[in-house]
Amino acid sequence: MSVRITVDMNLCESHGQCVFVAPDVFWFDEDEILNHKPKVDSSEYDRVVAAAAACPVRAIQVSKIGEEVQ
Amino acid sequence: MTRIVIVGASLAGLNAAQALREAGYSGSITLVGDEPHAPYDRPPLSKQFLIPGTERESLALADTALLGLTEEYGRRAVHLDVRNRAVHLDSGRVLEFDQLVIATGVGARQWPEPVPRQGVHTLRTLDDAYGIKQDLNSGVRRVLVVGDGFIGSEATSTARSLGHEVTLAGKGRAPLNRAIGDDAAGFVSRLHREAGVTVLPGVRVTALHGSQRVTGATVNDDRLVPADVVLLALGDQPHTAWLADSGLKIDRGLVTDVHARTLDTNGEPLPHIVAAGDVTRFPHPHASGLVTLGHWSNAVEQARVAAATLLRPDAPPVYRPVASFWTTQYGVKFRAVGLPDQADRTEVHEFDLARRRLDVAYYRNDQLIGALTANRAARIVAYRSQLAEALSLLGIQPARMSIASVR
Repeated sequence: MSVRITVDMNLCESHGQCVFVAPDVFWFDEDEILNHKPKVDSSEYDRVVAAAAACPVRAIQVSKIGEEVQ
Repeated sequence: MTRIVIVGASLAGLNAAQALREAGYSGSITLVGDEPHAPYDRPPLSKQFLIPGTERESLALADTALLGLTEEYGRRAVHLDVRNRAVHLDSGRVLEFDQLVIATGVGARQWPEPVPRQGVHTLRTLDDAYGIKQDLNSGVRRVLVVGDGFIGSEATSTARSLGHEVTLAGKGRAPLNRAIGDDAAGFVSRLHREAGVTVLPGVRVTALHGSQRVTGATVNDDRLVPADVVLLALGDQPHTAWLADSGLKIDRGLVTDVHARTLDTNGEPLPHIVAAGDVTRFPHPHASGLVTLGHWSNAVEQARVAAATLLRPDAPPVYRPVASFWTTQYGVKFRAVGLPDQADRTEVHEFDLARRRLDVAYYRNDQLIGALTANRAARIVAYRSQLAEALSLLGIQPARMSIASVR
């Protein structure tokens, strides 16, 4: 199991609330554009969901995905 | 079945309901709000919502239909009966509860006298914003904004971007001075002036003129400022009048402890009556006395702590937030963390108006308690981590809105 993260960059206003919650998953580049890991381990699920809930423009979608094929 | 009533169809009220459901609470939830609308997002009301073509949909929050709530909008709570665990509504209806969340927020402070019937506005609700929007989009006007807080300063920026002739009059030395201090406020003031706004700092508006439609205002008893539209951004008034005879502790807001529990007048916590959002005042280690955090992220995080406190009364989570807020003016996004308004000293690390860069650190008793930046996103993230670390060193975990903490 892992967790897929998608950010709608048309909505993102770089408020940075997700970066505050999970700085190892979300970060700003030099131009203040949000970057993020597309996938994290399922142990990170709660934290990533909290980051999504912190987003003032609801730009972050989080979904659990099944076992990866090796 | 447990009955939870949430008074306040606000961001905080909605988040309390969401957190309860996410934690598996399956009892009844009744959400009551005095506005005739489901919860919506307020920050855009002073910004993009005022621009033509921006519709109601842009204010959408999570869909309440998915939460299994009983929704009562356009109904105002008028009395809380703590002993009988009942909320009385203006319709005469009485809602009995086992547990209660109070999230009634604040209202716009009103002008103390009658005002001209047209052209004078306050800005707090969606209906307020519709009224202003109409006035700002029917030809170029002379706009007077009275009040130099966030709403006044943001609305000034928006009105100017729509091409109006704007005057910003406020009591402070510069717009936002009380919230973010002299240095950062000086930066904001320069942005206003650069954009062609007439900034009148350190003034009081003493009279409004016009019988049918507003014609202007008198400033400091002697100067006339002509205006076709006046926005009164005079600050907030907590919606606590309905609690006046409830026996809950009120001190310029509804007082809560660090678990978001309300207190009786002896200061004893009421574990079944919690509160969240702008209406609350609560203790914080980086402040003297109680703080009110009238910010978006506080409404969300405190509501989630309040919900967890109801579900786990024996082990309630602690709410010691690293506050976070932002404001956008003239396209410059200011991000702030902590409690800048509690500072006794600031350090300005960068003040570059041309490149729109700002970096200010706020100290109290030589301890970092806040920061504000513009176009320095990485730095605000670092400041935020430093503040979170400082709070955790006090033996206190800063509250996160983690679902895990609710479970």
